[in-house]
Amino acid sequence: MQGTNKAKLRKYETLQGYLFIAPWLIGFLLFTMAPMFASLYMAFTRYDILSSPQWIGFGNFKEMFTRDVRYWSAWKATLTFVFVAVPIRLLFALGVAMLLNTKLRMLSLFRATFYMPTLIGGSVAVAIMWRQLFGSNGAFNSVLSSLFGVSEKVSWITHPSTAMWSLILLAVWQFGSAMLIFLAGLKQVPTSLYEAADIDGAGWWRKFHKITLPLLSPVLFFNLIMGIINGFKVFTEGLIVTNGGPFDKTLFYVLYVYEKSFRYYEMGYGSAMAWVLLLTTAVFTLIIFTTSRSWVFYESGRK
Amino acid sequence: MLAGKVSLKTVRSFVLHVFVLAFSCLMIYPVLWMLSSSLKEGNEIFVNAHKLIPSVWTFSNYAEGFKGYSGQSFMVFLKNSFIVTISSVLGTVLSCTVVAYGFARISFKGAAFFFGCMMMTMMLPAEVLTIPQYIFFHKIGWVNTFAPLIIPSFFGTAFFIFLVVQFLRGLPAELDESARVDGCGHGGILFRILLPLLVPVLITVSIFKFYWTWDDFFSPLLYLTKPEMATVALALKNMSDNTFGTSWGMVFAMSIVSLAPVFLIFIALQKYIVEGISTTGMKG
Repeated sequence: MQGTNKAKLRKYETLQGYLFIAPWLIGFLLFTMAPMFASLYMAFTRYDILSSPQWIGFGNFKEMFTRDVRYWSAWKATLTFVFVAVPIRLLFALGVAMLLNTKLRMLSLFRATFYMPTLIGGSVAVAIMWRQLFGSNGAFNSVLSSLFGVSEKVSWITHPSTAMWSLILLAVWQFGSAMLIFLAGLKQVPTSLYEAADIDGAGWWRKFHKITLPLLSPVLFFNLIMGIINGFKVFTEGLIVTNGGPFDKTLFYVLYVYEKSFRYYEMGYGSAMAWVLLLTTAVFTLIIFTTSRSWVFYESGRK
Repeated sequence: MLAGKVSLKTVRSFVLHVFVLAFSCLMIYPVLWMLSSSLKEGNEIFVNAHKLIPSVWTFSNYAEGFKGYSGQSFMVFLKNSFIVTISSVLGTVLSCTVVAYGFARISFKGAAFFFGCMMMTMMLPAEVLTIPQYIFFHKIGWVNTFAPLIIPSFFGTAFFIFLVVQFLRGLPAELDESARVDGCGHGGILFRILLPLLVPVLITVSIFKFYWTWDDFFSPLLYLTKPEMATVALALKNMSDNTFGTSWGMVFAMSIVSLAPVFLIFIALQKYIVEGISTTGMKG
């Protein structure tokens, strides 16, 4: 008797469990799984939303990899951005976090100031501001001319060799959240380690190299993954600050997906591009995860 | 301080402070520049552009900016943004609380599997889903409504659910048991006993959902094509497009207006934001 009661109770619990997670479960099927499969199917079709999709096999991928020059520009722009901006941003974040971790007065004020750009950085307002700041009549040129007497007015945003750098600078400017994570990590490092190193007469670099860096490596690892994943998705800045130009120098991947899918209504091609991005992100994440064993130090001793 | 008594340590600390101060001025300079430009007269903004003090202070850019474009006052865009953002925050808080309780406090078959599925979706670039989602919302007639911007948040967000689950796991299970003895069901336990304790994490969730929705540009760009439907982010982009014979002072003024809620929340709730990022690695 008691057994069946228990089974009944468990069944009731299961029912309740599914009832509670139902909102997510329905959303998962409706807004994630269904679109994923739809997108996978569309990647093999030609589809302009008005007429029904037309199966073309690997046609989109063939076009993408062998004929579409702009597709490769998009990869070049995205990879340049990710592999220049992310490391520089992490370097800044770490440096500033270490500065703030010394006995500094008004720490919370400085912390807030350094975090502020990250707080607003993704907004359209900041993208518009950046475009004007580095425009030919912007404050950047104005500072150059008043400090160094440079009279040439370069539009940093539309010049082919500097457009990408203006966007990288915008990304580096937003080192705030990585900095906060590093700061939290630095607070975890026991001061006794540094004291012991002081007694041994270790210099600044040695302490940094042998204590700070290893103990911070899990945090570094986390920031690196997040930075790369988010870097692949850069969009707003590319659209508003440079609009992909000049000569597709800043035509970021997602910007090109957007252009193809929603300006030219080549939804099949856009889906194929999106899937390649998904697989690339997965591969990069996997690489970082597998190589991390050799350079991330976990205190529990597992190396 | 007398020269002879100043120790090396004090000098070092002084230099450090000056350096950090200078660096932080550099960091906020762009924003101060935009703020001051919004208060300059139109013909002054790009002459000696780096100066932060306007020679003539004017609020005309703000007055001009609030007139908006296409016959829509900027208040309309602010209203739209607030409708979308506040509804999304409510939807997220409600759905994430319920779902997180299901995952954290009810043991049932399949819970681990679905929790794993949820964690996987956090790694998924949303861009893969954008095109089919757009087609779906297009087919059911949701383009040019706020629905595609609001409704999905009522189905929970993996990242926020995870946050609340983590928080719930830190609360003692004895709370549930004593409530159950008193005859509470799961609904009662969640809403009468645990909900008050969840307030801190729900504030964190609300803040970040607010920021992400307020700043979101991609979804409004896709789904809202009528001027009277535009959110602030989309309106700013449209106002800065040259077709309107852009007056930059006006665009800067409205940019400052669009950033005001972000700053106000930061000032009021900084503690939750800093803790939220430090402990979870959230991108603000």
